[in-house]
Amino acid sequence: MHQFWGWIFEPGFFSSQPVRVALVIGGAAAVVSAIVGVFTVFRGQSFAGHALADVSTAGGSGAVLMGVNPLLGFVGFGIFGAGVMDGIGVQRARGRDLATGIVLGASIGLAALFLYLDTTSGATTGATQQILFGSIFTIDPTTIPVVIIFSIISIGIIAIVYRPLLLSSISDEIAAARGVSLRLVGLMFMTSLAVAVGLSALTIGAILSTALLIGPAATALRLTKRLGRAILVACVLGVGSTWLGVLLAYDSYYWGSSHLGIPVSFVVVALIFLLYLASGLPMIRAASARRTPTTSVMEVAGR
Amino acid sequence: MINAWLVGTIVAVIAGVVGFFVVLRGLAFPAHAIPNGAFAGAAGANLLGVNILLGLGVCALLTALGIGSLGRRGRNDVATALTLVLMLALGALFLSRSVEYEPQIYSLLFGEILGVSTTEILPVAVLGILCIAAIVVLYRPLMLSSIAPEMGEAKGIDAHRMEMIFLVVLAVATTMTVPVVGALLIFSLMIGPPAAARSFTDRPLLAMLLSIGIALVTLWSAITISYLSDWPIGFFVGMFGALSYGVGRAFTALRRTKLLPVENEPALAR
Repeated sequence: MHQFWGWIFEPGFFSSQPVRVALVIGGAAAVVSAIVGVFTVFRGQSFAGHALADVSTAGGSGAVLMGVNPLLGFVGFGIFGAGVMDGIGVQRARGRDLATGIVLGASIGLAALFLYLDTTSGATTGATQQILFGSIFTIDPTTIPVVIIFSIISIGIIAIVYRPLLLSSISDEIAAARGVSLRLVGLMFMTSLAVAVGLSALTIGAILSTALLIGPAATALRLTKRLGRAILVACVLGVGSTWLGVLLAYDSYYWGSSHLGIPVSFVVVALIFLLYLASGLPMIRAASARRTPTTSVMEVAGR
Repeated sequence: MINAWLVGTIVAVIAGVVGFFVVLRGLAFPAHAIPNGAFAGAAGANLLGVNILLGLGVCALLTALGIGSLGRRGRNDVATALTLVLMLALGALFLSRSVEYEPQIYSLLFGEILGVSTTEILPVAVLGILCIAAIVVLYRPLMLSSIAPEMGEAKGIDAHRMEMIFLVVLAVATTMTVPVVGALLIFSLMIGPPAAARSFTDRPLLAMLLSIGIALVTLWSAITISYLSDWPIGFFVGMFGALSYGVGRAFTALRRTKLLPVENEPALAR
């Protein structure tokens, strides 16, 4: 029995400090991403959710250049970018994507400049790769409290605007008729999204940030039409694939003789992608359709 | 320097034409995802020791087809996001297998137009002509299915097939442009100028020409300033792209307040 566990958890998995930090921060990022992600997918704002990771990267590289705490750069620039997107965004989905694209293009240009100046100033070798790909195993444990605080802020915003946000996600017209300020709710949501994405982009990298935001949420929304249940399912799927991914990536170091581990981001993304594909299988679709009545409100907006 | 001008001109024309339809069809996200997906191919090709252009092409096509087939039942943005992260994760896997790659990552992401060699021009020109030819042949059905998909269906144009074909054209355009202007910047060039052009006029053909013009001015001035200041070209492309869009939006706003005459043309679907 002991041998069996030793086979699943290679030596040192639980005693390793980077692994413990990875499990805590990865788990926190997965939960926040799942909650915000369900609304992101529901509102069709996946592009903004992904773009904000790149936008915050620009802020992060700018912060490195100016010697400011990268976290401030990430989250601050992300919120600023979200505000601009929301400000120039036309209400319809196409215009919104275009606005996102323009902000993304400008931010990438800025990132190009900052990264160029970072590398020429010589102080930060490897900054490019670090910022673009991030690594869950190289997180500084002292960032845990900050990460938790920002996570609570992000979820708190969603909790405050939960009802009007849900209403405006289903139908702008109905929400407006009920006296919901679409502008305010949209802006609040974008702020929450920016905090969540900026945080996860800094800690676990831009790739995992988008994967955890969209994958579990999209899978959950395929499995259930109820929003509360979808959020719960997304959290479970997100945390599950992150932890399993960390474990497999850790173990992969011991596979074969080359000792070349598989990157965590690859393992987690592969798991998330497989879950999404599996949720589209006809038999799983049929089973989840039987369990939930089709007349729920989510059906209306389940474009 | 001559090479940079030549390649830059070809890239700007392609970006202007293909980007026009990207903006018209609301494909900004796929236009961002395909070059990034192609980037994974470059990393893979580097690992296997194959020609980079081949790796870029294969992965650009895979991304395009992935987006098209996963996004069949609506939900285009989710399909795009998931395809994108899968390709990027593959790229991370390839990168973890190779060593000493960082300068190349930077140049593939942000472009290296000033260092283009003469042998690189031919494939870019060939693929560029291929793209333009495809757009010319498809012009009418593509335009119809972009503006009024229902009318297109009635005339026997399969909207989904048209989407797939256009995504493939986008993938080809990406393959040739990534080594030159970089995965991240081709996106700015495909979004900014066409979006600006559409603010200035509602006539499709005129808008497309204008889009080419703005893309040319953007890239030419970016090359010049980048050469003079030694700052990365990507910064100038990104800024000028956003700037031209801003000017376009201001123009539209002025026209709305009737300070400028309104064109009496049927408006494109916005």
